[in-house]
Amino acid sequence: MNRNIDAKHIEMEKFTTITSTCVPLPIENVDTDQIIPARFLKATTREGFGDNLFADWRYDKAGNPKGDFVLNNPTYKGEVLVAGKNFGSGSSREHAAWAIGGYGFKVVVSSFFADIFRHNALNNGILPVAVSEEFLGELFVSVKGNSKATVTVNLQEQTITNNETGKSESFNINAYKKECLLNGLDDIDFLLSNRDKIEAFEKQRVYSY
Amino acid sequence: MKTLFDKIWDAHVVTTVKDGPTQLYIDRHFCHEVTSPQAFSGLRARGLKVLRPERTTLTADHNIPTMGQDKPIRDDTSRFQVETLEKNARDFGLTYYGLNHPKNGIVHVIGPENGYTQPGMTIVCGDSHTSTHGAFGAIAFGIGTSEVEMVLASQCVLQSRPKTMRIHFEGRLAENVGAKDMALYMISKMTTGGATGYFVEYAGEAVRNLTMEQRMTLCNLSIEMGARGGMVAPDETTFAYLKGREFAPKGERWEEALAYWKTLKSDDGARFDKEITFNAAEIRPMITYGTNPGMAIPVDGSIPTLDEIEEAGRGSFRRSLHYMGFAPGEKLVGKPIDYVFLGSCTNGRIEDFQVFANYVKGKRKADNVTAWLVPGSWQVREQIEEEGLDEILREAGFELRQPGCSACLAMNEDKVPAGKYAVSTSNRNFEGRQGPGSRTILAGPLVAAAAAVSGKITVP
Repeated sequence: MNRNIDAKHIEMEKFTTITSTCVPLPIENVDTDQIIPARFLKATTREGFGDNLFADWRYDKAGNPKGDFVLNNPTYKGEVLVAGKNFGSGSSREHAAWAIGGYGFKVVVSSFFADIFRHNALNNGILPVAVSEEFLGELFVSVKGNSKATVTVNLQEQTITNNETGKSESFNINAYKKECLLNGLDDIDFLLSNRDKIEAFEKQRVYSY
Repeated sequence: MKTLFDKIWDAHVVTTVKDGPTQLYIDRHFCHEVTSPQAFSGLRARGLKVLRPERTTLTADHNIPTMGQDKPIRDDTSRFQVETLEKNARDFGLTYYGLNHPKNGIVHVIGPENGYTQPGMTIVCGDSHTSTHGAFGAIAFGIGTSEVEMVLASQCVLQSRPKTMRIHFEGRLAENVGAKDMALYMISKMTTGGATGYFVEYAGEAVRNLTMEQRMTLCNLSIEMGARGGMVAPDETTFAYLKGREFAPKGERWEEALAYWKTLKSDDGARFDKEITFNAAEIRPMITYGTNPGMAIPVDGSIPTLDEIEEAGRGSFRRSLHYMGFAPGEKLVGKPIDYVFLGSCTNGRIEDFQVFANYVKGKRKADNVTAWLVPGSWQVREQIEEEGLDEILREAGFELRQPGCSACLAMNEDKVPAGKYAVSTSNRNFEGRQGPGSRTILAGPLVAAAAAVSGKITVP
C-alpha cells in the first residue's frame, strides 16, 4: 500500500498476539446505549470513557459499584471481553469502542456483532472476534469454571484458542483491516494516499450532485 | 440486471482494495455536535482541511434543550459541545444550522425537508438513523467518528459491500396502521440482528402507497434490525416531494436529474441475496414490551410466554421483562403510563403531528400523563402553527416544545424518571435510553395519542 502522504500520520498501537484471562458478559443484544449511556457523550475528546463503560449496570444511582456486575467482581480480569450474541447493536456512537478500549479491553469475543460497532472497534485497534455459538458457549463454561482460564487470539493466523479446552477456531477479518491492525495504520492514511483517484472519480461521474 | 442498491453503489466506487473494502465516494455528509468533535480534532492533529466543504452540512440537535433555546444552554458541557460544533463550522468553512436558525432541526428531518437528500446519492452521518434518507432511493448509512473524519478528509469512506435483501409488503395497510407499525411488525419478525450485514430495499404495494414521510419512518428503523440501511426506489411520490425544495435541482438541472432518477430501480430479475414477504393487511397497531425494538406485539396482543422464546434467549428475555416490570404472557392494554413523547427522527414530522392532533382533537390529555411534543425541526413547527394544529393541541392540554432529539436519547433535560413508563414515538426502547431506569414503550403517533388521552395503553 502506498502510504506516502503529506498529512501527519497518527500512530495507532500495533495489534500483536494476545493471551489473556476473560471477562464474561453472557447477555445477548448488548446495545451501545448499555456500553456507554448517552448522557456520557458530551465530551469533545476520546479520553475517559472507560470509567463509564456499562455505567448503568456497573454503578447504582449514588455512583457506587454494584457488586453483582462482572466489572466489579475482582475474580474476573483481562483484556478480553466475552459477550452474548449480537454485541454492539443500536447507536453508531464510536464512544462505545472508546469506552471498551479505554477500560483496557483489546478483544471482544461474541458469536455475532452489529456492523457499525464492528467498524468502530477495528478503527480503534480493538479486535472483534466472531466465534461459533458452540465455541462461545464453551468459553463461558470454561471461564465460569475457572476464572483464570485464558484465550489466545492470534491475528496473523486468524485463530482464537480456548486454552482451557485446547479448542481453536479461525475467525474472519478482511486482509486490509488485518494489515492495518498488525501495522498500526489507519484508514485516513490510506484514503489520503488515493487523492488522485478521488479527483479522477469526480471528473468522470455520469451524474454529479 | 442490477438491484437499485447495486446501481447506486457501483456509481460511487472510487477504487476497491484487493481482498478488502471499497472506497466509496460520499455525496452528502451531515454532522451533529455529539459524534463530530473528535473527528475535527483529528483533522487538526494531522494538519488537514475538509476536502469538499460544500458537501458537509452541520446542525445541532442531540444535546440541546427543547425549551428556552434563545437563552444560553445551561449545562456547561452541553453548551461547550454545541459551541465546539459552531467553531468547527467556522474554522473549516462549513454550513452550520445552529440553535434558532430557521433551518435548524434533527439532522434526518432537515436533510429531506430542505432538498439536500436526493435519489441516487450516497449519504452518511455519524448517526445510525441516517438510514432515514434511504426513503428517497439513496444509499444512506450511519458511521462512527473515525469515519466522519475520513469523510471530512477525503469525501470517502471504506466499506465492505453489504449483501442485499428485499422486503416486500404485499397488499394494503389497515386504516389505523402506519409506517411505524409496519416497521415494528417487521423488526419483531426479523429480530434486532436479522438484517445485519444487509442493505434492504422495501417494495410492494403497501410501500408504494406510503407518503415520503412514512417511507422515512420505515427506512429510519432499518438499523433496528441490524441492516446497514434501507431504501425505497424513487417514484412520482418522491419527485413530487422534492420539486421546489431549496437544494433540489432547478430548471434544466431538474429535468436532467429526473431523467437519471427514473433509472433508479431494481431491474426485473435482479438477484437479491435474500427476499422476504410480509402481508401488509395482517399488521395491526404495534407497541413494544421489552428492551429492544424487536420485542414488539400488537397493542391488544400478549407478551410471549417463556415457552415461545428460544432457550438460549430466555435469560435475556427474563432480564428484559424484569426491567420493564412486565410478566411473560401478560397483556399490556389498560396498563397505566406516565409519559408520552411525540418526536424524533422517526416520528417528528408534520404528518406525525397531524395524526396526533387529529386523534386528540376535542379530547383532553389525561392528568397522569406528562407529554413532550417535540417537532423535528423549526420548519415542522412552523407548519404545525400554519395548519392550526398548535391550537388543537393546546385546547387538548398539550404544549409544543422546540426542535431537537430530546427524550429519544435524553441527553438534555427531557429525561423520563426511573421506573416510569413512556409511550414514545422514537426508535429505541433500550434500558435507560430515555433516562436512567426509564421504561420505554415504542409506538406510532396514533397509539401515542390514544395513550396520552386515556393515560393508559389503549387500542386507537
